[in-house]
Amino acid sequence: MLLSDAAIEQTYQVKQIHGDEVVRIMEMGLTPGSICVVIRRAPMGYPMEIKIRGYLLSLRKKETDAVEVVPV
Amino acid sequence: MNDSNEVIHKDLLRQPSTIALVGNPNTGKSTIFNALTGLRQKIANYPGITVERKMGTTIINGVLHKMIDLPGAYSLNHRKADERITYETLIGSYDHEEKPDLLLLVVDASNLERNLFLASQVLDLQIPTLMVLTMSDIAEERSIKIKSEQLSTAWGVPVISINARSKNCEAQIKKALVEQGVATPEPFQWKPTAPLKKAVERMDEEWLSKYTQLPDRARPIEALRLLSEGRLEDSFYQYTEEGKAKKLIEELQNVLEAEGENPTATEVVQRYQYIGESTENSVTKVQSSQQTWTDRLDNVLTHRVAGPFIFVLVLLIMFQSIFSWATPFMDMIDMLFIEFGAFVGSSLPAGLLNSLLVDGVIAGLGGVVIFLPQIIFLFLFIYFLEGTGYMARAAFVMDGFMTKVGLHGRSVVPLMSGFACAIPGIMATRTIENWRDRLITIMILPFMACSARLPVYAVMIAAFVPDKQVIGFLTLQGLVFFGLYLFGIVMAIGSAAVMKQIFSTGKPTPFLMELPSYKWPNIGSIVIQSLERGKIFVTEAGKIIVAISIVLWFLASFPKYEPTASNLANTDANEQQQSEQQLSEQMLSTLQLNQSYAGTFGQLIEPAIEPLGFDWKIGIGLLTSFAAREVLVGTLNTIYSIEETEEQLGLIERLRNEKDPETGLPKYTLATALSLMIFFAIAMQCMSTLAIVKRETNSWKWPLVMFGYMTVLAYFSAWVTYEIANTFLLG
Repeated sequence: MLLSDAAIEQTYQVKQIHGDEVVRIMEMGLTPGSICVVIRRAPMGYPMEIKIRGYLLSLRKKETDAVEVVPV
Repeated sequence: MNDSNEVIHKDLLRQPSTIALVGNPNTGKSTIFNALTGLRQKIANYPGITVERKMGTTIINGVLHKMIDLPGAYSLNHRKADERITYETLIGSYDHEEKPDLLLLVVDASNLERNLFLASQVLDLQIPTLMVLTMSDIAEERSIKIKSEQLSTAWGVPVISINARSKNCEAQIKKALVEQGVATPEPFQWKPTAPLKKAVERMDEEWLSKYTQLPDRARPIEALRLLSEGRLEDSFYQYTEEGKAKKLIEELQNVLEAEGENPTATEVVQRYQYIGESTENSVTKVQSSQQTWTDRLDNVLTHRVAGPFIFVLVLLIMFQSIFSWATPFMDMIDMLFIEFGAFVGSSLPAGLLNSLLVDGVIAGLGGVVIFLPQIIFLFLFIYFLEGTGYMARAAFVMDGFMTKVGLHGRSVVPLMSGFACAIPGIMATRTIENWRDRLITIMILPFMACSARLPVYAVMIAAFVPDKQVIGFLTLQGLVFFGLYLFGIVMAIGSAAVMKQIFSTGKPTPFLMELPSYKWPNIGSIVIQSLERGKIFVTEAGKIIVAISIVLWFLASFPKYEPTASNLANTDANEQQQSEQQLSEQMLSTLQLNQSYAGTFGQLIEPAIEPLGFDWKIGIGLLTSFAAREVLVGTLNTIYSIEETEEQLGLIERLRNEKDPETGLPKYTLATALSLMIFFAIAMQCMSTLAIVKRETNSWKWPLVMFGYMTVLAYFSAWVTYEIANTFLLG
């Protein structure tokens, strides 16, 4: 499933990154195998806030669409 | 503690050297820089781009060293302009910057893994380094304990832990530099797999070392980037033999894939893998489900409903405070410059030099300094909110709304400051990282109705809009006033939407915004940074503003009016009898202005502005109010020889009574007033704004584009307004 479809307060494992910005997204710590928790969504639905490698990161829809995750 | 491969240098600091600060954004890097350099800073744009170069000096054991605060970066894969500066400065291939002799590698202890990613890349460049851990108090709150010795062993450089927000941060770092020294790290401590290492070596030997001028220490990093992305065209280097390179990259990528490694991902994955191993040994984490301060605050501040309301409240408090704190300073500056002008004017003999000094130079300088209180107070707030970590939350909360109109969550604060004055607002766009979003925000910001438009609106509304009630407490005058503000906002949104289409040609940069932990910022550092902003404005925009002031003075003062010459020949006989002394001072300045170059300009453009309902007198005002919009009122006062004592009321009466010489009907009508106000709502009638746009975009292109498109928009809007008003209001 895609990170954009992930539920709040759930934990996921990153499977794969797709699209043009693979390296950029992975450099921020979202490498395959890493664990992230979806914290919340902003008032209009996006950006989405996640916790990854102990810090908080926000992503817009386009970026969450590029991240494939599996629930843990 | 020291590994065998660690070479400690303690003598590097005996001679003057260049020390660079490098690290992720939000690590306290700038706080350290401010602590070490104080006000001994120099901030300027790097040539040709909009990234700021922060330089300073610091004294360690009696030796003066140069300090560079490199732009915060998450990676050295140099795709963005600021990361490229960091990368190129580090490898010493950047022409405009000295190669650093040693590095302070700033690492956030509470966010160790992601910070070590950049660190691992920086260490590959083999520059003598001291690793500085910051935010250990936040790490401790999260039960993260870091063993500096183990970390030092894992990465081959000395590691110190400091609190960047404490007063003795400067002393701690200097002491560590002297006592622990710096070490030159070995490359590839992250132990790349054999196939990756082999691929990097081949890339280096078979192509980079043969066909590029890259320094030795940069080649492994460049090889890794090319292997993972395979994009030569993204490179900032001029490569020859591109065909060969492409073939080689493809071949090496195939080799990696055959070995079961994904070429795109493998470097990042392997670096993070080693980071994981290195922190496993050096970090003790007590797993606790306890909520941190950041979590608790975020539950409220970024709440879906409460978040936006709190943000609006913060903005309200912020702007109200800036307004009430800045106003007395601005009044004081205004008074000081008027007094100073009067003093100079009376102590020098009357004449050209006197007028140039008083009306050109001193008035121009006053026009620069008057902005300082607003700029400094706004930046005190911005740096404070940025330092606490709230600014990123505000951007997070507002981003959804702002992207709808083609802007960024971080555009809100600069745009709101535009209601006071566009200049601090435009300077505040520096908090927007993405260049396209930042440029669009700058380009629409002057549509926010700034306080300099108030005097113009006030005179026009009082003179021409009937004072009658519409519904309840709402008056027509109030509605027109509100409409003008709304009109500015609508124009801003519309222009942003159009510009988003125009500027969307390039590849959009992804939105990956960190929400840093909440913390109490270092107030001293905030004060230094705000004062630096003021300094930048005065030194960089100030020059342009004073120069234009002098040009405007010249246009209004020349050619000189000679009362005895033929000028009076065409006035009637009674007036001719009056001697020079009998002409009142007001009349003299009126005659001077009317036949100056500015007056000629007004008459020259009259045919062009006639469709908007303006005559040549307003034409003069359009030119002189380029100094600042409110100058229009002063100019009209001069044109109509209004005595200073009766300024506003006198002008209002005079404007109402102005008759068209041909028809005998009132010259200015409600239609003229609406048209003029709409014109002022949109037109780029402010040299200071253009000067700061030049500084912030580091080119004359954008201020010229801004002036052009806003003038065209203003002209057509005013014209349409005049036509509609004439048809519906007077028909």
